[in-house]
Amino acid sequence: MKIERTIKYEADRVKGFGDEVSSVPGCEKLQACIQCGTCSGVCPLSIYMDYSPRQVMAMVRSDFKNEVLTSHTVWLCASCYQCTVDCPREIRITDIMYELKQRALQEGIYPKKFSIPVLAKEFYKMVYRYGRVSENLLAMTMFLKSSPLEALKMWRLGLGLILRGRFPLTLEKIKRRDELGRMMKVVDQVKINKLHDELKQARQHVAARSQA
Amino acid sequence: MDKPSKQTVRIGFYICHCGSNIAAMVDCPAVARFVGTLPHVVLSRDYKYMCSDPGQELIQKDISEHQLNRVVVASCSPLLHEHTFRGAVEAGGLNPFFFHMVNIREHDSWVHTDPAEATAKAKELAHAAIMRVAMHKALEVKKVPVHPDVLVVGGGIAGIHAALTLANAGKKVFLVEREPSIGGHMAQFDKTFPTLDCAACILTPKMSAVGTHPNITLLSYSEVTKLDGYVGNYTATVKRKPRYISEDKCTGCQECIANCVYKEPKFPDEFNEGLGKRKPVYIPFPQATPQVVVIDPQTCLNFRNGELTGKCKKSCVAACGDKEAIDFSQTETFQELKVGTVIVTTGFQAFDAKRMPQYGYGKFPNVYTALEIERLVNTSGPTAGHVVLRDGKTEPRSIGIIHCVGSRDKKTNRWCSRVCCMFSLKLAHLLKEHTGAEVYNFYIDMRAPGKGYEEFYDKLLEEGVHFIRGRVGEVTDWARTPDEEGKLVIRVEDTLAGYVRRIPFDMVVLATGLEPHADAQDVRRMLNMSCGSEGFFLERHPKLAPVSTFTEGIFLAGCCQGPRDIPDTVAQAGAAAAEALALIDKGFIEQEPNTAFILEDECCGCKSCIPLCPYTAITFDAANKKAVINEALCKGCGTCVAACPSGTIVQNLFDDEEIFSEIEGVLAHE
Amino acid sequence: MTTKYSYFPGCSLKGIGRAYEESLLPVLRALDVELEELEDWNCCGATAYMAIDEVKACVLASRNLAMAEKLGHKELVAPCSACYLVLNKTKHYLQDSPAVRGVIEKALAEVNMTYSGNTPVRHPLDVMIHSIGLDAIKQRVKRPLTGLKVAPYYGCQIVRPYSTFDDQYNPTTMDRLLEAIGCTIVHFPLKTRCCGASLTGTLPEPGLLCARDILAEAITRGADLIATVCPLCQFNLDGYHDKIAKKWGPHRIPTVYFTQLMGLAFGLGERELGLHRGFVPMQPLPAPVPVGVGV
Ligand SMILES: Cc1cc2nc3c(=O)[nH]c(=O)nc-3n(C[C@H](O)[C@H](O)[C@H](O)COP(=O)(O)OP(=O)(O)OC[C@H]3O[C@@H](n4cnc5c(N)ncnc54)[C@H](O)[C@@H]3O)c2cc1C
Ligand code: SF4
Ligand code: SF4
Repeated sequence: MKIERTIKYEADRVKGFGDEVSSVPGCEKLQACIQCGTCSGVCPLSIYMDYSPRQVMAMVRSDFKNEVLTSHTVWLCASCYQCTVDCPREIRITDIMYELKQRALQEGIYPKKFSIPVLAKEFYKMVYRYGRVSENLLAMTMFLKSSPLEALKMWRLGLGLILRGRFPLTLEKIKRRDELGRMMKVVDQVKINKLHDELKQARQHVAARSQA
Repeated sequence: MDKPSKQTVRIGFYICHCGSNIAAMVDCPAVARFVGTLPHVVLSRDYKYMCSDPGQELIQKDISEHQLNRVVVASCSPLLHEHTFRGAVEAGGLNPFFFHMVNIREHDSWVHTDPAEATAKAKELAHAAIMRVAMHKALEVKKVPVHPDVLVVGGGIAGIHAALTLANAGKKVFLVEREPSIGGHMAQFDKTFPTLDCAACILTPKMSAVGTHPNITLLSYSEVTKLDGYVGNYTATVKRKPRYISEDKCTGCQECIANCVYKEPKFPDEFNEGLGKRKPVYIPFPQATPQVVVIDPQTCLNFRNGELTGKCKKSCVAACGDKEAIDFSQTETFQELKVGTVIVTTGFQAFDAKRMPQYGYGKFPNVYTALEIERLVNTSGPTAGHVVLRDGKTEPRSIGIIHCVGSRDKKTNRWCSRVCCMFSLKLAHLLKEHTGAEVYNFYIDMRAPGKGYEEFYDKLLEEGVHFIRGRVGEVTDWARTPDEEGKLVIRVEDTLAGYVRRIPFDMVVLATGLEPHADAQDVRRMLNMSCGSEGFFLERHPKLAPVSTFTEGIFLAGCCQGPRDIPDTVAQAGAAAAEALALIDKGFIEQEPNTAFILEDECCGCKSCIPLCPYTAITFDAANKKAVINEALCKGCGTCVAACPSGTIVQNLFDDEEIFSEIEGVLAHE
Repeated sequence: MTTKYSYFPGCSLKGIGRAYEESLLPVLRALDVELEELEDWNCCGATAYMAIDEVKACVLASRNLAMAEKLGHKELVAPCSACYLVLNKTKHYLQDSPAVRGVIEKALAEVNMTYSGNTPVRHPLDVMIHSIGLDAIKQRVKRPLTGLKVAPYYGCQIVRPYSTFDDQYNPTTMDRLLEAIGCTIVHFPLKTRCCGASLTGTLPEPGLLCARDILAEAITRGADLIATVCPLCQFNLDGYHDKIAKKWGPHRIPTVYFTQLMGLAFGLGERELGLHRGFVPMQPLPAPVPVGVGV
């Protein structure tokens, strides 16, 4: 039996995390959660989660960023929107889960050996490069990257797909691939500008403080 | 009192800090200094609480010491304190209408965030008031007599209690109830929380007192369709639906029921929530008041689609014999009542559980509403208190009660229905007592704030009823494990233990919330009341006038104003009766003089104003070819004043001089 | 007269979900509806992309929406539930969030595109029930699928979170459609439960369990097969039977597209409808139809 301390100190919180998440479009109502557990009650995947969706709401609100971003829950969410439809406070839990996935990926603090983040990233790269997804190639890349052993085990499924003509061996591409690239750059620029703004504000804040 | 000429106008100005409510945003001393410089202002002060006794005394003292003949107070909303300050001015020896009030709290300090701008706005508003008050004229308050009879609409426990209170005080009461019997929801209950006293035992004596009281006229199976007039002098039109029984002749022997051509009851019985059956001629329940049967034209063979055909052999008529109480020729009739005050006690309707399909009501037979269970555990209910599933024989071994169905949910009703936690505990206790089943309560928060309520919760915990804190996700017939087969499965997060659970049940009970009646908006319009955003009738002030409405002489009690339990309902009904009594015993009401009148000589008789008046206060004097305003009906809205093409309608307190001066005052500042 | 819609197939209908397209197009053609595929469409930005960057996912989707608007047909048809949801979600963001709209408009302008937000995105099920109508469909039926017991499986993303054309808790459009072509619909409590497709490839156990529960319940309810409206659901319910059998014992029941069933009822051949592409073959149609169906 391994005994660990489970108490949380103020230092374990990443203050402002809850506010930050609830300021994202779609996540605004997070603060109104009444901890009723409807989301967990209807979630088909909650049976596997380390923290129930309700607990995740509470943890985000209380700034337990590290605990949330390393939890399995965020990655087990299958985006079925059942919680979002049933929450009595109209909290868009699915969108909050998306937001948490994004943050986990950005910060690289998702559970290791977890293939979902790998899939998500590979998907992203493939779309970025070709504009479309060739699902089978995607799956192969993912398995090869996260667990080659799994990939070997999948040979039967792959063969079955090939036999049934469901495994196109050509790569799906769009013609005007440059268009997508340019569009994505615009988005990045918007984000960079926003970061610059935030940086500027932070600098002003610091300057003002040191003056005072 | 004569209007003082401009030279003699002497104004006193007071600005109130309202603690920090105003002073935190408006620089009160600065406003006082500024107003002190305006023409005719003799004196200008700022003070912490103008509405306090010292504040009012200050006004009185200044009036005599400084020979003031006009007073302006800049403070809160006139709704709150206009009355207070007019009183102070009158006590100081002036006509109370030589006073004007400026609202710099709701209109200024509470809604602005920049102190400089808020202060500037206060100055403008004060300037306008100073200009206007100089033009004020002395006015007189008129007294109108109050008719001593009272109309009570709705015969639930609220209506019953209000009617009895008034009747016992010697007032005549008309109690109008839409159903064939009074009693409301309480009549359906078996026991009442938290004391578990028998509902019928405490309600029946009050119901029969209503039925026999010499001062109460009970108009059951009736609805108010129109209300005209004004406080003290209302005329209500009441529609009396045909029950095809003459109330005077029926003795309540129920021979007709026994002898109806339908040998067995066949139609869903409303009082039993459809769990039992009744005949086309029936009495809703044994203690019904009045003890008069009713014939339902929708199911009676003597009718077709509600139209009389005379095709039945009418064995009921024969059974009734020479009492001759059955009268198929009855039609809808209308009756006019003259009353001085009205108490509205129309109660609530239960939330329609079908609006939450995830709980399966209407789909799975063994999902019940709380009201159905009230009937099922009731010894005089459809199963004589034997709790069985809808198949009519199986006793449930496990029962799940889901709280907050149609409450605290933004997708249906946002409010807490206040009584569901407690009636769920009551039903848990009764169901366990009747069946010995395992009973689970699923709640979000346990709300037990009444007297003896927490103790009742304790008792249930000790009785071994299970409590799971979690709002149920769904009720399904999908069996995941063998022990779930053939059961209703509740999926829920046990938030305190920290597990998502599936629990199989034989019976599921939905604690459906309380909501306004579907026709609440119609009733509101007819009685000229307001509704809050949820649709319950709106009280005049949530704390200080909880049983009054915005219409004088119309009062509220019970669940039509919001969900509440029986003790609160009865307390409110008593309060509403007291408010009505206060008006009746005073004998008259004072009427605001801010009414409109017509300068007769100048009226051209064009009649444009007549259809515009929302209170139908204007009539046409055909002999003189002039319009006439009934002062008692006029509410001073000013619609006609603005509409009159020849400008011959004038309104007290709002004449041209007064309004133009006020505007000039505001504009003086830019 | 032929009605035309723009058509966004999405990546799956070109790969693992080929049979969906193969059955959808001829069935619609039989009903006088022509789908015109968007030229140079790109990935919708589906679920996995949302996890990386929601705004970018919306930008991806908006390129397709803009092209659909330009194509000029009034409405866009998206048969894959994931695409259907992302395209609709993007429309909602465009309406509700000025910040997101700003970024999308900028990105579109970069490639000389615009989108006014006027092209509705519709699911084929919606089009069939509400635009074509059951009467027209009944008229086309040559070989009613009498006696075939079907578990109608809608999955999550066409009814949630935007229930635009059917009830969120108890959708019935597919029930009515399949009844119209002669099928018997079994009571199926898991109609809208998630099939776990987004997990099966990555977290096999939870994903497969979702699929198993649905298969098991369909079998318990006495269904001959499951009908789906989404290529991801179809693959998840059909492609992993050996793995499911290894963990929880065999749960063999075929999962086919509702359009394949319609095609059969319209008298089209199994091969034409891509029925040979399924892993668990559909049993031969019961009498009175003599021909064997399935692979
Ligand atoms: C399942 C359940 C169990 C409960 N158990 C308890 C308990 O144990 N203890 C407790 O304290 N409280 C209990 N309550 C709460 C209790 O029911 C209410 O506090 C009480 O009934 C309120 O009385 P009322 O007169 O305001 O309304 P109602 O009981 O609803 O009566 C209103 C009356 O007005 C009539 N009416 C409606 N509209 C019109 C109209 N337009 N014209 C004429 N008449 C009209 C209706 O027919 C009805 O007779 C329970 C509530 C529910 C739902
Ligand atoms: S359903 Fe909504 S309110 Fe309830 S716990 Fe989940 S997020 Fe909070
Ligand atoms: S008329 Fe006939 S059906 Fe109607 S109450 Fe009398 S006996 Fe019964």
